[in-house]
Amino acid sequence: MGAAVGRIAGFCVRDGQTHARARESAGGDGIDDGIGEGGDGADGTGAAGSAGTAGVVGSVGSAGSVSTAEAAGAAGVAGAAGAAGTVGAAGAAGTAVTAETKGPEPGGSGACGVEPCGVEPCGRERSGPGEPLPGPGARRRPGAGSGDGPRRFAALWNRVIYPATATPLTRDEFEHHLVPLAERLAAALRTPDFDPGPAAEVGAALVTAHCTDPDTLPLILDAVDAHLLACCPPGDGGLAPEEARARCARLQHAVAAGFARALRERTLAEQEALSRAALAAQAETERALHTSEARFRAVFEGAAIGVGIADVDGRIMDVNDALTQMFGSVAHEVTGRNVGEMVHPDDAPGMWGLYRELVRGDRDYYRVEKPYYRSDGSVLWTDLTVSLLRDAHGRPQYQLALMEDITERRLLHEQLRYEATHDALTGLPNRTLFFEALDRALDTAGEGPARFGLCYLDLDGFKAVNDSLGHAVGDQLLVAVAERLRSCATAPEQLVARLGGDEFVALLTGPSAPSDATALARRMLAALADPVRLEGRDLSVRASIGIVDGTAGGRDAAEVLRSADITMYRAKAAGGNRYELADADCDARAIARHSLTNGLPAALENGEFFIEYQPLVRLTDGSVRGAEALVRWLHPVHGVLGPDQFIPLAESTGLIVPLGRWVLEEAARQARAWRSEGKCRAPMRVNVNLSPSQLRYPSLVAETVAVLENAGLPPSALCLEVTENALIGADEEELRPLRQLADMGVDIALDDFGTGYSNLSYLRRLPVSTLKLDRSFTRGMQCSPADPVDVKIVEGIVSLAHTLDLSVTVEGVETGTQAEHLRGLGCDTAQGWYYARPGPPERLCALVSADASP
Amino acid sequence: MRTVDFRLHLPFERTISSLCSNARAMSWSDRVIERPTWAPPGIDISVPSVSRIYDYFLGGSHNFEADREAGRRAMVAFPGLPKIMQANRAFLRRAVRYAVGQGVTQFLDIGSGIPTFGNVHEIARAADPATRVVYVDHDPVAVAHSRAVLDGDPRAAVVAADLRDPRSVLASREVAGLLDLDRPVALLLVAVLHFTRDGDDPWGAVAQLREALAPGSLLVLTHASTDSGPMKPEEGEAVEGVYRRAGSPLHMRPRAEVARFFDGFEMVEPGLVSMPSWRPDPVTGGRGAPPAPDDDPAMHVGFAGVGRKP
Repeated sequence: MGAAVGRIAGFCVRDGQTHARARESAGGDGIDDGIGEGGDGADGTGAAGSAGTAGVVGSVGSAGSVSTAEAAGAAGVAGAAGAAGTVGAAGAAGTAVTAETKGPEPGGSGACGVEPCGVEPCGRERSGPGEPLPGPGARRRPGAGSGDGPRRFAALWNRVIYPATATPLTRDEFEHHLVPLAERLAAALRTPDFDPGPAAEVGAALVTAHCTDPDTLPLILDAVDAHLLACCPPGDGGLAPEEARARCARLQHAVAAGFARALRERTLAEQEALSRAALAAQAETERALHTSEARFRAVFEGAAIGVGIADVDGRIMDVNDALTQMFGSVAHEVTGRNVGEMVHPDDAPGMWGLYRELVRGDRDYYRVEKPYYRSDGSVLWTDLTVSLLRDAHGRPQYQLALMEDITERRLLHEQLRYEATHDALTGLPNRTLFFEALDRALDTAGEGPARFGLCYLDLDGFKAVNDSLGHAVGDQLLVAVAERLRSCATAPEQLVARLGGDEFVALLTGPSAPSDATALARRMLAALADPVRLEGRDLSVRASIGIVDGTAGGRDAAEVLRSADITMYRAKAAGGNRYELADADCDARAIARHSLTNGLPAALENGEFFIEYQPLVRLTDGSVRGAEALVRWLHPVHGVLGPDQFIPLAESTGLIVPLGRWVLEEAARQARAWRSEGKCRAPMRVNVNLSPSQLRYPSLVAETVAVLENAGLPPSALCLEVTENALIGADEEELRPLRQLADMGVDIALDDFGTGYSNLSYLRRLPVSTLKLDRSFTRGMQCSPADPVDVKIVEGIVSLAHTLDLSVTVEGVETGTQAEHLRGLGCDTAQGWYYARPGPPERLCALVSADASP
Repeated sequence: MRTVDFRLHLPFERTISSLCSNARAMSWSDRVIERPTWAPPGIDISVPSVSRIYDYFLGGSHNFEADREAGRRAMVAFPGLPKIMQANRAFLRRAVRYAVGQGVTQFLDIGSGIPTFGNVHEIARAADPATRVVYVDHDPVAVAHSRAVLDGDPRAAVVAADLRDPRSVLASREVAGLLDLDRPVALLLVAVLHFTRDGDDPWGAVAQLREALAPGSLLVLTHASTDSGPMKPEEGEAVEGVYRRAGSPLHMRPRAEVARFFDGFEMVEPGLVSMPSWRPDPVTGGRGAPPAPDDDPAMHVGFAGVGRKP
């Protein structure tokens, strides 16, 4: 303890904790008063501060300079005195104990620069310089032991014991707690009939007050030894000092015995209490474990999903009812089996790899869809989750399987999947399945370029069957065709699918797919060669096939299919009932055409079309009589395109009708403009081409009339040019619109005359007024002398035309010689580069103003 | 032992979650941190327990040899440890009295440990017999002992729960039965937060508890630290090492990190200070602070403070 106090005191000085010093000095202040006599306690902290410091330093000095434990203990008490000094009892104690001075007077007063401060062994400190010290006998009250002696002893005692206890009491409270104990000791000391028994109870009470550290005992006894007699003298009863000391010693023995006994009792009691607590906790744990086990059992048994536990060797140890029912068996048929035996041919690839990783401990979990055999041999599909359970050392111990019966779900899924991927009419794989297969075939990831072949088949003239025999027959025909095509696929890598309508496709994969594709196409054509017998009649079936083969090489499914489609149309264009092989150039042309076709509607909307006019010149006098309107497309990418590059596309898409209407309106507007300008000697006429589609357009007549009326033109200002081929074979019904127009006064010209195979006698029936002679007849007259055969022919045609009261216009006049020949032969009108190339309408006006004479 | 139970109970919890939530795709390891609340950890008295080591430092006999051995090893690393425990104990007493003085008579003592003497309910009731106390600890032996000590006490109870799961504390039957959370509560986190890892986010746990408490509630806290007192960092590490090897890692934290526990609280004077410096007992007769010869420098290791929820 002495060492401890020395450390503390040293600490206070070393750390210069002035607040600690101030507290001590404040304590010191009250020492020489009794309780409630603290009049000078209010004496300013300044003076008290130095005193306190001195006290502490003093105690250091004494601890350091005295080697006996007793002196050190005394110094310790002295150090502690300040702490409890304010209690008041200490003050008196200090006074009382002066007589018992034991330790040397401490030195070190110089350390604080104050007057030498005597620290008395009982912990008496001087309150400060200049303050009168009570003289050694000043307050001596012999026999005071029965009065505040025990209190003083308790105060001294407390200084020793309090720091060593674990008491929850404050210092003051603890001191109060010690007072009755001190009183008992004092009483025992002076009782005539000496009995040390109460001292044993005091020892026990100290243990009860949580003085449980055995090292405290010597301190307790030291204090008794040093101060009990001084604080609580046995009184004036005449007890000899030797007897008093002997009693004090025996009291110490009894305190020690009582302390030891109580500490032993307490230790045993606490150990027992703790053991009981540990047992209770253990019991609680086991009960909770049991409860959790029971809960788990309930979950395990009642779970709707199958639960099974196996060891890492695969031996199934426990399964629940749900699992047993799934397997359609009784529990003992499942337990005891080995997981590793439950192989099924449809096990997902890699599933057993996952299993091995799990039981090895390399994986804690996997989830797969796994089929099992039920006890009746049928298949059980499960959604299986397997988790690894490890022991305390992390080693694999068990595997836990949770499984859900997904057999029904899977069947339904398969059926839905089948329905989603097959054509309801023919039962063939549908577009979806085909594209999946094609995507797979084209997926070159990993295995280098895949070889594939594709036959794209379209029935020739199927629309006619549908239209004439009805959809029911059409469908039956498709079913029959599908059946024949299916039979052509001779290997698993050959997939025949129906894309829709009368379009079928066969996909071949594998190394020999490209060459096999051609063979398959031939087989398919052969299979369709025999007529199909439906409802008592034989229908002959023809088909066109486009074949794409080769390596996937970066093409996607859409590109491959487009190539096949283009190629199939090539086969159709070539007459049908044949196959063609895809060709990159053909594809490119088709794609370009396709792109133009696609661009047409937008082009019309965006005003990308414009019209050029080529003058028509009367050969007799060289005067401009009118002009042919020629439509052009100012394509944003390809520049100016001529009619031959897009009119056929417009024909095929039907756009020719709005385009033709636009040309007619525009040309009529222009003709009106020329007439209004009044620059022309004769009223200018305008020639507009009519395509075959337009001829069949029902409101041709009405629209033409409307256009003329809107433009304020007489019908005679318009000449519609119709190709000879468009009229060949036309019956009266088809000719009616033209005839109506002709009757109104619209000129009708037969364009490209001489290129078709018209029956000349037929000319009489046509509502035409002009023949436009194809340029091929006049080419031989460009130079002199003219080709005599051409001359004869033209001569004949002109003669014939005039006989029929038709005028003759020649195209492609490129030289003056030619023009001269043609005039000589009696042709009426001419057009060609010799006069002018097609150009903007203003140029025509210029020609007219210049009188158009070449 | 603890680990065995832990692992063995996992699948059951998992089974339930599979049945309930169909969240089976979640990986196994994601769930390892979750232990079912109804599966207790095992009891193994060969493993030291922080509450029994604490008891040993206070001179008690509620400890086993494993605890004493750990305590002795820790004292080799820093002999002043028992003094720290005493200072902690004394601070607890002062803080509880302060709380009662402020009219707060409901206490939630988390990390209460082995109840020996000078427990919160004893201290508080000396001042106000109506005081209600709920003790919380996660050490099953400490809980069992507390249950025996508190047996028959209608105004005190113990909950087996973990500070790191404040919901389990707040949702306990005992808290619901004894504490009126609409009135101020003194939340005691005395010498417990340094047994949490940063990764457990003890600040978040304290914040959750704070959220549940009424305005006027107090947070009473002590925390080990080498930022205060004479413990050198290497001594601190040595002590941490003892506790780590004992299976209950101890984490000294710098002052600023301790102060963060008081986020959302207003510090009560004198703020966050060493334990003996927090409102030392007044001297009888009002003569200022007493001298403190027993004020061992070791007692200044660590921080103590009280905050009030505004």
